[in-house]
Amino acid sequence: MLYARLIASRLFKAVIVLFMIIILNFFLIQLAPGDPAAILAGEAGATDEAFLRQLRERFGLDQPLYVQLWRYVSGVATLDFGYSYRQQMPVLDLILARLPATLLLTGTAFVLSLVLGIVAGSLAAARVKKPSGSLIMALALLFYATPLFWVALMSVVVFSVYLDWLPAYGLYTVGAGHTGLALVLDVGKHLILPATTLALFFMAIYTRMTRASMLEASQQDFVKTARAKGLKNSVIQRRHILRNALLPIITLAGLQAGQMVGGAILTETVFAWPGIGRLMFEALQQRDYNLLLGIFFFSAALVIVFNIITDLVYRLADPRIKEGS
Amino acid sequence: MSDPVLSIRGLTLALPKGADRRYAVEDVSYDVHGSEILCVVGESGSGKSMAANAVMGLLPKGVRATAGEILFDGQDLLRLDEKQHRKLRGLRIGMIFQEPMTALNPLMRVGAQIGEVFEAHNRLTPAERQSRALELLIEVGLPQPEKAIRAYPFELSGGQRQRVMIAMALALEPELLIADEPTTALDVTTQAQILELIADLQRRHGMAMMFITHDFGVVAEIATRVCVMREGRIVELGAARDVLERPQHDYTRALIEAIPGNHIPESRYLDPPAPLLEVSHLHKVFRSRGGLFKSSREVHALDDVSFILAPGETLGVVGESGSGKSTLGRCVVRLERPDSGTLALSGIDLSSLKGEALRRERRRVQMIFQDPYASLNPRTRVGMAIAQGPIANGVPRDKALKQADQLLELVGLGGVADRFPHEFSGGQRQRIGIARALALDPELIVADEAVSALDVSIQAQILELLEDLKHRLSLSLLFITHDLRVAAQICDRILVMQHGRIVEQGSAREVFLNPQAAYTRELLAAIPGREPSLASA
Repeated sequence: MLYARLIASRLFKAVIVLFMIIILNFFLIQLAPGDPAAILAGEAGATDEAFLRQLRERFGLDQPLYVQLWRYVSGVATLDFGYSYRQQMPVLDLILARLPATLLLTGTAFVLSLVLGIVAGSLAAARVKKPSGSLIMALALLFYATPLFWVALMSVVVFSVYLDWLPAYGLYTVGAGHTGLALVLDVGKHLILPATTLALFFMAIYTRMTRASMLEASQQDFVKTARAKGLKNSVIQRRHILRNALLPIITLAGLQAGQMVGGAILTETVFAWPGIGRLMFEALQQRDYNLLLGIFFFSAALVIVFNIITDLVYRLADPRIKEGS
Repeated sequence: MSDPVLSIRGLTLALPKGADRRYAVEDVSYDVHGSEILCVVGESGSGKSMAANAVMGLLPKGVRATAGEILFDGQDLLRLDEKQHRKLRGLRIGMIFQEPMTALNPLMRVGAQIGEVFEAHNRLTPAERQSRALELLIEVGLPQPEKAIRAYPFELSGGQRQRVMIAMALALEPELLIADEPTTALDVTTQAQILELIADLQRRHGMAMMFITHDFGVVAEIATRVCVMREGRIVELGAARDVLERPQHDYTRALIEAIPGNHIPESRYLDPPAPLLEVSHLHKVFRSRGGLFKSSREVHALDDVSFILAPGETLGVVGESGSGKSTLGRCVVRLERPDSGTLALSGIDLSSLKGEALRRERRRVQMIFQDPYASLNPRTRVGMAIAQGPIANGVPRDKALKQADQLLELVGLGGVADRFPHEFSGGQRQRIGIARALALDPELIVADEAVSALDVSIQAQILELLEDLKHRLSLSLLFITHDLRVAAQICDRILVMQHGRIVEQGSAREVFLNPQAAYTRELLAAIPGREPSLASA
């Protein structure tokens, strides 16, 4: 009941925020230099005034700004994100075609970094001042400091080119015609390198944060209480220290989850992963504004959705948090 | 006498290198017998908790035993490994801690936390553990135990949480119970209830009990025997009656005398021509803001509060937590804006002032805060911390710093202006806090629990300093405290607050010797170790 009301209130606010984002994005794109009609015409090899006018008319670019805005907003309200001039396809179809690949990649990386980061961080906290704990922290620092694209390129060099264990690029083996389980395995194999690459950076952050947070939690009075009960150290670490240490991790995980749509441009480019990131990159280069606006909308919507989910998870994890306080 | 349950023999615990002394405790020996309460008394830094930590095997990192033995049931606890020690904890030796607010895991339900004690020692099935937990909650007198067992700690009050802690410590009926300042963080009426509960349970279960405290009032209330510690050594050990009535050692005598006593000074207060501060019909309501989907909640922190404060007078505001006494102080210095009512400082209504006018008048009322550790910026030198107020009010920097030097001299800390707060002890920091309040040459000082965080001997010194400064600088003092003994000591008049209302006001003598309101009588009765002579006087 409490949750139903909370979700209802959050969704209501989300709609308002999303509406404002749509308007803001629309005007931001308007500020971008260059006339889309001129660029389109230029690529088509025609520059005469009549053709330009025809293009402007066809895409509604000759209308006053408020009319264009109204058309756009009412379009989005009916899930019509317009037409990509460049790709000759509706924006929605383009995005929906690419979304699964991106979510597969970023979602895997998200789970991987979260799980490994928390495990590594807990180990490092339990082994503080021991060589094994220091080693974990040194590795975490290394992953944290190394640029993503370099890790990506090197992993391709080592695991694909040199060792030939894993495919270097793509979502699946083109032309192999895998179906069913074989296809799943094939995609899985293609997923390993990009997902690991993408996960390393956040894994390093979670490791450092879990460790710091656990060390802080272990100083708290209730840990002494737990020890006075005669509980085993492993139980204290897990049940008392880790649980309390997880709260800041949830906040950070929520932030990372919000970036799942647009946050993998580099990785997708290096591994030729057919996802949203690459689509956005291409749209940017080609001034495909309708497509860009559509991608912005989806990214923003995902951030909002994950914000709501983070809030809910936070409430489950910490009973002290009540609505509004 | 029967064999002792616990016997500490020549225990010496070494502190890590670089500590301010070599040993936490040195050559300490005492016994705790079945069915007795041994009170270990001392000020902070006396090492009074250290031996208890050694008994539990919970010594802080770097502290280790270098000599002596701790005999419990024929075995030396110092020689146990972690696993053997763990099996004793909770099962045969229970412990209660000081801070009920933080000693429970905030994310676990009360029932689960009690159940853990059984789980740790492989007792009972999970269902049985919960029914035992419920029985324990009933035994420690928690209201609505069926609800409390499902509650999270934040849903309980401090006293209720301490009852949960006690239930946990009692779960496996240990032979020895260690209580480390279990009532220090509680309100006086709650403290009285918890002390009664602990004494009652100890009698009923026939446990041996080690009760660590800094408060001789508490000692008088429950101790069978007393062990007084100072700087890691035992200065006096004996039956409670002997130690309290015929203290042999000077230090014990000083500690007992330093307790703000039952002697209430004659009021010097005479009806003056014009009040300095006139507060009338002050209201302050705190609302949690309602939103689209929820209703708001209201707490009346101040409910029609009216009083006057004469020039040169010390007015005590006494009440338990949540009584609104701190909100009153914050309104007087205008950190908080009252909802309605007036706050007239020699005729000028502070409650309605804004901006520049408020800045000008605010200087005349200054505040001394409770926590000497948290109220000074750790990165600001103390001279600068004092000078900042005058500088903000337009005094040239050099002059302000010179004045800060003089003020530090005045509070007994000459020549330390270029040091940082961490270089000072709690009592010294509170002196700095006083110097800071004096820097703006105020007419009224609001002291919010200004001595509550200090040891009794330091407390006495700070109270003396305040009294002295008040006369020399002809200040008025609004002294907010939860401690009635302190209030009796230095206040001319006293307001007793409860739930945002003034339930009684009068001269200190009247309030203490002839209390009118039922709540005041309840508060007075709850003071631990209070001599019956005063109550009946």
